[in-house]
Amino acid sequence: MTPGPWQRMDLLARQLMPLMLTLVLVIINVVPLHIPGFSRVAPLLPLMAIYHWAIFRPRLLPAYAVFLIGLFQDILTGAPIGVNAFVFLAVYGAVLSQKRFFIGKSFFILWLGFSLIAAAASVISWVLVSAFYVTLVEPRTVFFQYLLTLGVFPVVSWLFLRWQRAFLRLV
Amino acid sequence: MQQRPKFVNRLAQPIKSLAQRFAFMGLLMAAVGMMILGKVDVLLMDSIRAQVTDTVAPILDALSRPIDSVSKAVDHVRELADLRGENQRLRKNQARLLQWQTAARNLEAENKILKGLLNYVPGPEHSFITGRVIADTGGAFAHGLILNAGARDGVVKGQAAITGDGLIGRVSGVGDRSARILLITDLNSRIPVLVGSDRTRAILAGNNSDHPRLIHMASGETVLAGDRIITSGHGGAFPPGLPVGKVASVNDGGISVQPFVRRDRLEVVRLLNFELAEILPLPKPGADPKSNSKAGDHKGARARKP
Repeated sequence: MTPGPWQRMDLLARQLMPLMLTLVLVIINVVPLHIPGFSRVAPLLPLMAIYHWAIFRPRLLPAYAVFLIGLFQDILTGAPIGVNAFVFLAVYGAVLSQKRFFIGKSFFILWLGFSLIAAAASVISWVLVSAFYVTLVEPRTVFFQYLLTLGVFPVVSWLFLRWQRAFLRLV
Repeated sequence: MQQRPKFVNRLAQPIKSLAQRFAFMGLLMAAVGMMILGKVDVLLMDSIRAQVTDTVAPILDALSRPIDSVSKAVDHVRELADLRGENQRLRKNQARLLQWQTAARNLEAENKILKGLLNYVPGPEHSFITGRVIADTGGAFAHGLILNAGARDGVVKGQAAITGDGLIGRVSGVGDRSARILLITDLNSRIPVLVGSDRTRAILAGNNSDHPRLIHMASGETVLAGDRIITSGHGGAFPPGLPVGKVASVNDGGISVQPFVRRDRLEVVRLLNFELAEILPLPKPGADPKSNSKAGDHKGARARKP
């Protein structure tokens, strides 16, 4: 039985979902919320998305998609172009190499893994940006951003899991 | 997949994973290459940035509107709660401002007479372009905004971005329907300023924190906490006299500045169309001696531009 055109389109839409969702998160991340001091330490939503999909659906989020997401993030946030592309790819690679470890583990372990990987990502991006501007960038904001990212992770991750169960059960 | 002979799988799997690994390393190298390219060819990166921002601008515009309304509603409720107190404050303020108004009127009249005596040539008039803030970008590594006004509205790179409170930054990139503002707190922001009533020259340098610093001050000059900081207009980048902030503290670590504008309150931003003066026809040769008598800071600004 060959799938009809609608079924094929449906499948394609489902397969593109992780990429699209992550791109949407990049955009949402820069919408002004008018909360004092928030925009400086806004949690890195795309990073969570990449971590999540790299564990659960790496096939739907290939490396070049991660690269594109990183470039998009750089372009939109005004960071030196390439920094987030590099960091996101590094996170993606690190998760994939440890994928066996993550599969079937409790949520707490996922969170713990994210705390380590996000810390490494923060340090790498701090080093890259500092090297790019040949100056030491204020490290405190990076630290607070990391803490906030860590705090928001459970919420975002829970939403992703729900989404995944609803739309990507068979993909 | 499963019907295939096993040896194909055995052969294909390592090759596939090798290819994937190469692709992965290639992408990492590409990211590094982009960074180096961005360091070498700033203009190319700026134009890419402007184009992508332009594409996303309508989405950002649509997304930011409901959030703006919500934040306005919250503000309304907050204002309602403090109506009485605010009223009292405003009354006091008004009494004080009326005194200032009298003083300002006197000074204005005096200024007019003195300018008449000196044959002073006024600086160029400026017009405004107004844009809504549709994205508050940056995070830890950059401080910027995206506006929904672009080249088709007359935005030009380098224009000063202000609100009623004072300077917030300058236009660092322009697309067709969007523009990127580099805030004065950004690491890359350098603005020539005058400090205090002595008009001490300095450069206001952003450092990615909320409090930019004053650098390159002439030795022997002193500033005090609370001194007002305005743009000097040196270099012709900004019109002189825009309020920027005040000195927050002076210590060994440097002079830190509290900007007048609070970033989280920004909704609508005005861009000063100051460069207009450069595009307009220059004064005729007969008027030349006059332009030499330009007083104060403006002279410095003009001297660099033939």
